Amino acid sequence: MINSFEILETIKMIQKENLDIRTITMGISLLDCVSDSVSATCDKIYDKITGKAKDLVRTGDEIGKQYGIPIINKRVAVTPISLLANGHSAEDYVQYALCLEKAAQAIGINFIGGFSALVQKGCTEKEKLLIDAIPYALKQTTKVCASVNVGSTKAGIQMDAVYKMGQIVKQTAELTKDAGNIGCAKLVVFCNAVEDNPFMAGAFHGVSEPECVINVGVSGPGVVKCALEKVKDADFMTVAETIKKTAFKITRVGQLVAGEAAKRLNTPFWIVDLSLAPTPAVGDSVAHILEEMGLERCGTHGTTAALALLNDAVKKGGVMASSSVGGLSGAFIPVSEDAGMIRAAQAGALSIEKLEAMTCVCSVGLDMIAVPGDTTAETIAAIIADEAAIGMINQKTTAVRIIPATGLKEGDSVSFGGLLGTAPIMAVNPFSSEKFVKRGGRIPAPIHSLKN
Amino acid sequence: MKAVITVIGVDKVGIIAKVSNLLAQANVNILDITQTIMDNLFTMIMYTNIEKMSCSFSSLADELEKLGEEMGVQITLTHEDIYKSMHRI
Repeated sequence: MINSFEILETIKMIQKENLDIRTITMGISLLDCVSDSVSATCDKIYDKITGKAKDLVRTGDEIGKQYGIPIINKRVAVTPISLLANGHSAEDYVQYALCLEKAAQAIGINFIGGFSALVQKGCTEKEKLLIDAIPYALKQTTKVCASVNVGSTKAGIQMDAVYKMGQIVKQTAELTKDAGNIGCAKLVVFCNAVEDNPFMAGAFHGVSEPECVINVGVSGPGVVKCALEKVKDADFMTVAETIKKTAFKITRVGQLVAGEAAKRLNTPFWIVDLSLAPTPAVGDSVAHILEEMGLERCGTHGTTAALALLNDAVKKGGVMASSSVGGLSGAFIPVSEDAGMIRAAQAGALSIEKLEAMTCVCSVGLDMIAVPGDTTAETIAAIIADEAAIGMINQKTTAVRIIPATGLKEGDSVSFGGLLGTAPIMAVNPFSSEKFVKRGGRIPAPIHSLKN
Repeated sequence: MKAVITVIGVDKVGIIAKVSNLLAQANVNILDITQTIMDNLFTMIMYTNIEKMSCSFSSLADELEKLGEEMGVQITLTHEDIYKSMHRI
């Protein structure tokens, strides 16, 4: 039997330290929904999503109740729409986003991901239309998330798509400027995107995935921080061991919930994502874990080393706790969604350049970063190119989710509400990258992509 | 199927009686009770068998939560699997 200490430790993790399940995400293949017209395809998409995921929200809530653990989001990820859509204009493609929105509303989920295109080596005409439709799709929907993969270790970086995405980010910001540029918070530009990611805004259901699966992401930065408070003066080996043990416990809960959800929904359990996902709530911050290790503010010298240790220890602890690990699996460092990151950015301790360095050692990239509204599409494209290069060379996933905040400048802040939080506007380098990003073509894949 | 009930709060007369009474009404069998004072708070843990429970899990959880609010203590009901998963390999 479980002893009292263990029971109370679990209760404390949930009630005081913000341990929760961030998301149960159902991945659904839409490949069989391809039809000969936009409306016929949309009808099939709607029927399939609302059929497969009709019990997702209720089941998630029931499991949360049974185990006494909050399950914050229930989400759906679908096959990248560019692979199955037909249509002759961006307007046609917006119809697919509206169809996803309608399905998401009908089943009551929080987000639906998969308004996506994978263009790391080149764009088809369909993919170009989908990308053109993104700003309009994000303006007219609230739950739909879009992502575009512009690079990979195998393919290199498609710079035409990178420049295009710089323009798309700007256009999305412009079209949603009356709502705090919220469209940009639902748009991710990837390098080495993964096919089984349960986290938004970048989730989609890859083509190599089966018909329908359950993926789960956990959230427990507060638990790790509290565990480290008990080893204040210990050396790094002790710090790493403490994080590993804690990550194991957190991941076991994810595994339990994922298995139970899979059983009740009669859908295969697929992966647990080991990412430490923060929320803007006090006591749920990745930055505060790094500060607990001895940094006055996140972003100061030593932050990259601290994050490297954290990220590695979380994986080592988590990997044994789950029968199948996947997704992004690393600590997230979104600025607006993390109280400690917000404080560090406001104090001037954390810059975009430092965040870029941090993304070399963790998942996933420059995430939820607000920059001045007059930042050019070329500068945003260059920021995307830098991140993609880190991903391509280091054979890891990187991403950019950046918000050019209309009318705002460095020192201001923009609020998105809910899990998306508040982003202080961060300075960008004032010098131009225009000629660089306008060269076009593809940055070749690195030599170490040739492994066979 | 086993479930764990925890009661945490300021000690007062009748906590165990009221919780036990509610469990009896729901046909839940108490297998074990431990109680202690931790951080100056009354902490009770009940290990129960809910196989023959006469109501649903979530309605019992809601009833217990309501009872806790009336008594000024925090009561949780959780399936034992979360503890087993977290603390046993």
